[in-house]
Amino acid sequence: MSSSTVSIPSTHYLNNGTTLKSWLLTKDHKRIGLLYLAAVTFFFMLGGAFAVAIRLELVTPAGDLLSDANYNKAFTLHGVIMVFFFLIPAIPSVLGNFLIPLMIGAKDLAFPKLNLLSFYIYFVGSLFTMYAMVSGGLDTGWTFYTPFSTVASTTAVVPAALGIFINGFSGILTGLNFIVTIHRMRAPGMTWFRLPLFVWSHYATSLIQVLGTPVLAITIVLVAAERIFGFGLFNPAVGGDPVLFQHLFWFYSHPAVYIMILPAMGIVSELIAAFSRKQVFGYGFVAFASIGIAVIGFLVWGHHMFVSGESVYAALVFSFLSFLVAIPSAVKVFNWTATMYKGSLSWEIPMLYAVGFIGLFAIGGLTGLFLASIGLDVHLTDTYFIIAHFHYVMVGGTIMAYLGGLHFWWPKITGRMYNRTLGKFSAALVFVGFNLTFFPQFVLGYLGMPRRYHAYPDEFQVLNVLSSAGASVLAVGYLLPLFYFALSLKYGEIAGDNPWGAVGLEWNTTSPPPTENFPVTPVVTWDAYEYPTPVEGHVV
Amino acid sequence: MSNGAAVAHDPHHNPNLAHHFESMEQQTEASILGMWVFLVTEILFFGGALMAYMVYRSQYPDAFALASSHIAILPGAINTAVLILSSLTMALAVHAAQTGERTKIMFFIVITMILGAAFLGIKAYEYYEKYEEHFIPGMGLQFIFPEPEYQQNAQIFFSIYFVLTGLHALHMIIGLGIMTWMFIWVKNGTITSEYFAPIEISGLYWHFVDIVWIFLFPLLYLIGRHVHHV
Repeated sequence: MSSSTVSIPSTHYLNNGTTLKSWLLTKDHKRIGLLYLAAVTFFFMLGGAFAVAIRLELVTPAGDLLSDANYNKAFTLHGVIMVFFFLIPAIPSVLGNFLIPLMIGAKDLAFPKLNLLSFYIYFVGSLFTMYAMVSGGLDTGWTFYTPFSTVASTTAVVPAALGIFINGFSGILTGLNFIVTIHRMRAPGMTWFRLPLFVWSHYATSLIQVLGTPVLAITIVLVAAERIFGFGLFNPAVGGDPVLFQHLFWFYSHPAVYIMILPAMGIVSELIAAFSRKQVFGYGFVAFASIGIAVIGFLVWGHHMFVSGESVYAALVFSFLSFLVAIPSAVKVFNWTATMYKGSLSWEIPMLYAVGFIGLFAIGGLTGLFLASIGLDVHLTDTYFIIAHFHYVMVGGTIMAYLGGLHFWWPKITGRMYNRTLGKFSAALVFVGFNLTFFPQFVLGYLGMPRRYHAYPDEFQVLNVLSSAGASVLAVGYLLPLFYFALSLKYGEIAGDNPWGAVGLEWNTTSPPPTENFPVTPVVTWDAYEYPTPVEGHVV
Repeated sequence: MSNGAAVAHDPHHNPNLAHHFESMEQQTEASILGMWVFLVTEILFFGGALMAYMVYRSQYPDAFALASSHIAILPGAINTAVLILSSLTMALAVHAAQTGERTKIMFFIVITMILGAAFLGIKAYEYYEKYEEHFIPGMGLQFIFPEPEYQQNAQIFFSIYFVLTGLHALHMIIGLGIMTWMFIWVKNGTITSEYFAPIEISGLYWHFVDIVWIFLFPLLYLIGRHVHHV
C-alpha cells in the first residue's frame, strides 16, 4: 500500500543507544512501552501455563492430574497473574505508553521518570507475587475473600497481596501520567474533540486507575493488618463483616474490568476507522461512551454479591445500574458497525481482530445482562457460565483487541512488517480456538457445573473435552505471533512510515519514530479520522 | 535532564526545563495537576478505610462511642494544633519560594519539619499509652477492654484506629522525607523563583496530610464521647 517512503530512517528511538543500560534506564515512553511488552508477554505465558494445567485436569471427570489443593492454587495463580500482571497493564502500559504522546503530538509523557518508576514498581510487585507462587502458592482465588484469606488459608497470602498492592501503584502512576499528559501536552491545534478515540478511552481508563486502585490498596492493607497483626477487621469472631470486604474489593475490581476493556475499545475504534476508510460514526458518542462506562462502572459492583447477603433493595439498584452500563457499551458496538457500513473495507489482519472483537464482545456483553438479572444470577452464580462470560469480555475482548493493536502498530514500533500469511492463519486459530474453548462453558454453567472444582460428574465430560481441545488451538494461535513477530525484526520487509494508509499523527512520523517523536512539533488543523482525504496532504 | 537540540540555542532556556516541555509554565502546570491527581488517589485510599469505619460505627455505635471515650483527648488536641501550625509554616515556605527568598524558605521548611516531628513524637507517646492500657487488638498482645460486654466490638474500633492513624503517620514520615529533599534543593540552588513548583507541590502534599488528620481527630477522639463521660 505504501509507495514512496520504504526505508528505515538512519536514527530512531531503537538505535539511539544500544547498551542494556540505555534500555533499563530509558525515559523514552516508546522504550518503556517495549519493556512492558516483554514483561506482560512473560506474564501472559506464565498465566497461560496455569490455564494449561487447569484444562488438562478437566479433560477427565476424576480429579486425577492435580490434587484439589494444587488445583486451587492453579486457578488462583492463573487469575492473579492474568488479571493484575497481564490484563490490567497490557494495553495501557504497552500501546498506551507507546502511542499516546505520538497521537497527541507530544515529545513524551508529562513525567518520563515517573513512567520508568511505574515500570519498576510493576517489576517489584511481580517479584513479590512470584515469590508467593514458589513459596507455598496461593489458594484464595484471585478475589481474596475473607475470612478464608485472613484466618484460614495456609498459603502465601501476604506476599501475593503485597505484590498486588505494590503493582497497584504502577497503574495509579501510569494513569496519573496519562491524565496530565492528555491535559497539558497536546500539540497546538489538537483540541479535545480532535483526539483519536484511543486517547479518549485511555483517559477514561486512567480515571478508573486513579480512583479505583487506591481502594483496592487500602483493602489489601486491611487484609494484611488482619493477617499479620491479628487485627479484627473482617473477622466475624469480633463482629467484623466479611461482606464489607467484598464491597471494598469489588468497588475496585469491577471497574478493573473496564480498565481492561476500555483501552481495547480504543484500539478497535482506531482499527475500524483505518480499515473502513471512514470517520468513526458518531465520534462524540463513542468518546463520551468511554467516560459513561467509566462513571457508571463505579456504581455496579454490587452485582457480584447478589448471593452474598446484600439487601434486596441494594440488589435491585445494582441490577438496574448494571443494565444501564450496557447502554454506552452498545453505543460503541452500534457505532463501529455503522462506521463499517458503506466503508471501503480491507480485511487486513488487524481488521480481522477488530471484527472478531465486536462479535465476541457482543456475546460477552449480552451474557452480562443475563447475570445482571437477579433471578437468573442466583442460578448462574459461581458456575462456568460466569467463567465463560468474563472470558468472552477479557480474552475475547481485551486480548483480541490487544493482538489487533500489536499487528496494527507493529510496523510503526519496529519499522518492519511481519509475515501476513501466518498472521491471518493465527488470527483464524485464535477466533476458532477461543470459541471452542469458552462457548461450551456457557452450556456447562447453565447445566450447573460449578467453578473452582477439579472433579465433575461424567455427563459434563464431552463439553469439557471440547473446551480443552479449543484451548490447545487457542494456545497455538497465541504462540504463532511470538514466532513471526520475532522473525520480522530481522527478516520482515521494511514497512514504511504509513503501511496502512491510516491517518493519525503517529503515521506522520517515521517508522520507527525518532526519540523525540517528531522532527518539528506538529500543528493540527484537521479532525481525527479525516478519511478519505489523501494521506500525504496531512503531513506537516 | 535536557538533551533537546531544539532548545539548546535558546538563550533564555532554563536548565530546569525538561526537554519534552515547551515552556516553564507548561512544566509547572503539569506538575501541579499531577500532584492534585495524586491527592485524589490519596483521598480514595483513606476513603476505603473511612468507609469501613462508617459501616462499623453504624453497626456498633455504643462500642465505638465507649472506645472513643477511652482515648485521652489532650495529646490528640495538641497534635491537631501542631499540624495546623505546620500548615501555616508550610504555606509561608511556599510563599517565600514564590518570591525567591532562599533563607526564608529554608527557615520555614525547618520549622515545618520540627512540627511534623513533634506530631510523630506525641503520636508515639499515644501508642505507648494504648499499649499500657491493653488497647492493642493483636500482635500477640492481650486486648482488655474495661467494659467486658464490648470486648469484641471495641477491638474493631482499635483496629481501625491503628490502621488510620498508622497510615497517617506513615504519610507524615514520607512528608518529612520530602521536606528534607526540598531543603537540600533550596540549599544547593536548584529551587529558584522560576522553578519553585517542587516546593509548591510538596506543600500541597503536606496540607493534604494535615487535612486527613483534621478528619481523623473528630472521628476517632470526639464523636460520641459525651455519651459516656470519662
